[in-house]
Amino acid sequence: MAQIFNIVPLEHFIILSLILFSIGVIGVLLRRNMIVVFMSIELMLNAVNLMAVSFSAHKGDSAGQVFVFFVMVVAAAEVALGLAILVMIYRNVKSIDINELKQLKW
Amino acid sequence: MENLIWLIPTLPLLGFTVLGLGARSLPKGMAAFIGCGMIVAAFLLSVGLAGPIFSGESLSQDLFTWMRGSRWSVNFGFQVDQLSWMMMLVITGVGALIHVYSAGYMHDDERHNYFFAYLNLFVFFMLLLVMGNNYLLLFAGWEGVGLCSYLLIGFWFSNNEYNDAAKKAFVMNRVGDLGFLLGLFLTLTVFGSLNYSELFAEGADLEAYGSTAIFTAITLLFIVGAAGKSAQIPLYTWLPDAMAGPTPVSALIHAATMVTAGIYLVLRSLAFFELAPFTLNVLMWLGLATSIFAATIGLKQNDIKKVLAYSTVSQLGLMFFALGLGAYVAAFFHLVTHAFFKALLFLGAGSVIHGMSGEQDIRKMGALRKVLPVTFIVFLIGTLAIAGIPPFAGFVSKDQILLAAYEHSPVLFALGIGASLLTTFYMFRLLFLVFYGQSRADHHALEHAHESPLSMTLPLGVLAVLSVVGGFLNWPGLMGGNFWLQNYLSPVVKEAEKHHHISHSTEWGLMGLVVALVLATIFLAYQKYISKAAVPAEDANEAGVGKVLNQKYYVDELYDAVFVKPTQALSAWLGRIFDPKILDGLVNGTGTGLVAFSSAIRKIQDGAVGIYLFIFAFGILLLLAFQFLF
Repeated sequence: MAQIFNIVPLEHFIILSLILFSIGVIGVLLRRNMIVVFMSIELMLNAVNLMAVSFSAHKGDSAGQVFVFFVMVVAAAEVALGLAILVMIYRNVKSIDINELKQLKW
Repeated sequence: MENLIWLIPTLPLLGFTVLGLGARSLPKGMAAFIGCGMIVAAFLLSVGLAGPIFSGESLSQDLFTWMRGSRWSVNFGFQVDQLSWMMMLVITGVGALIHVYSAGYMHDDERHNYFFAYLNLFVFFMLLLVMGNNYLLLFAGWEGVGLCSYLLIGFWFSNNEYNDAAKKAFVMNRVGDLGFLLGLFLTLTVFGSLNYSELFAEGADLEAYGSTAIFTAITLLFIVGAAGKSAQIPLYTWLPDAMAGPTPVSALIHAATMVTAGIYLVLRSLAFFELAPFTLNVLMWLGLATSIFAATIGLKQNDIKKVLAYSTVSQLGLMFFALGLGAYVAAFFHLVTHAFFKALLFLGAGSVIHGMSGEQDIRKMGALRKVLPVTFIVFLIGTLAIAGIPPFAGFVSKDQILLAAYEHSPVLFALGIGASLLTTFYMFRLLFLVFYGQSRADHHALEHAHESPLSMTLPLGVLAVLSVVGGFLNWPGLMGGNFWLQNYLSPVVKEAEKHHHISHSTEWGLMGLVVALVLATIFLAYQKYISKAAVPAEDANEAGVGKVLNQKYYVDELYDAVFVKPTQALSAWLGRIFDPKILDGLVNGTGTGLVAFSSAIRKIQDGAVGIYLFIFAFGILLLLAFQFLF
């Protein structure tokens, strides 16, 4: 496993996950469509997963990779729930633009 | 009998509970029976303790631990020694007579049952005061009798003046009670105990605990309390106003028992007072001043009860005078005889008021001895007793006080005689104006004038007998007596050794001098009010000294200007400016300020998810930056 770092150095993995994470953050902050926001969150999540796997391989400790499996399972459940909420919101307000969802305040 | 001590105060408490709860449903006869019965039973139980008391023992009974501190504890327990036993007899004995009298006097009052409930409660607290085996119980009783005094002065509360009188009594007593309470705190701090048995144990070395200054401080604070309760200068003004209450209350509380609590307190704390000669001096001058001051006011009062009230203040002053002189037994003796004849006089006055349909102004009486023969006879006996005609009770006790004064100095003796002659004069003035001369009553009152029922005249008769024979309690050795009371009290009250520098002939001479002066004073009063048939002028027509006396030296006005008015002005300012403007401003300002602040910052939370997310991400960045930079 560790010989992959001879081909692609660890730094590249880190930079890649940072880029992915930043794209996710920017997507969350800038996009209005809730589905896109949702996808951006997934992107951030997976950037963190990639980082965890890389360090796990680098250290030769498989615990990190096991954790990533758990994270992916939980993320799948979360996606199912999140999408269900999204559908309900759309049915109620006929919109998934987050700027129009301003009912939940004081 | 000894283990039934607890029952003595409990019976009146039981009476209060039953009467208080059943006030609306009990018939009057039943209520009066319960009220009188409880006190009579308590009296009989007290009498039952005579055996051990006469043999010089001190009985005690601890019921339970009342309070426990880290270094001290106070029991709820009773102690009956010679001093408190005599007090118990006076309280329950005179109390029982006055209860019986009240059954007649209050018969037509619609709140008759409450009256008996309050009287029973009073007797309970008074017994607690004298029977407690520590200062804290004494204080509890002390406050309790103050409460009952308030309730009974304001018994006819639909009259606002009476309410004011009740409030005045309560507030002035608070002033004294504060002093007493501070004295108790000081005692507890210095000695670490409030129990008589520990403080005054045989051979206890009190001086090891503190300097004379400590004892002087404690005793002076006690005197403040005693001056409040026993109506001494400067706290005496409540007692004359307390006459607003029904007459039996004046007799029981404001003449015979409660107002003597101050004397009891001093006698109880003699061990302290003996170590504070300065306080004894204060006590002496205070008592003498009060005695003369109140007696002069009594000369010009025209309300039958007010005259007796000032007379009570004056007599209490005489008792304090005796205490200050070191004549403790004489003071206590006078307390007992005074309880007899002053209760008699008050009840007699009540009988007059009752017979005259509520009239209290002596200018509207006169020639009542034919209409109220029984009342006249007992009132005459009471007057002779208080004036000091031998062999009536007042003569013997007053003579012993005056003798003690003579041992100190002839000047004090002369001043003491002055006070007692003033007493003689205004008492005979009262007697002559009420019972002799021409009738000045209006026809309506005179038509209805009637002698009181048996339930009222019977107690009067008993008290009259006591006023005649009471002097034999401590009949002086000079006249073949053996100073019984002095020997009886010797286990508790020890007087300093008499110097015996008064020879028998001097003693006879002094006694003769006093009696002669008293008789001369009576003659003066006779001249003025019978021979010349003088009638006191209307209040508005008084002039000069007479006006000053009639207006009670303007002391009430002085207190009003110095204490009451400024307090009311302060309260008015607090109520008008401070409370609505400053306090409310602070409270409301806090509220409006918070509302304004939150409506300013709530704009941030406008529901736009994008902004939340932005703040969220920005916050995390800030945290990270913070962590990296520092």
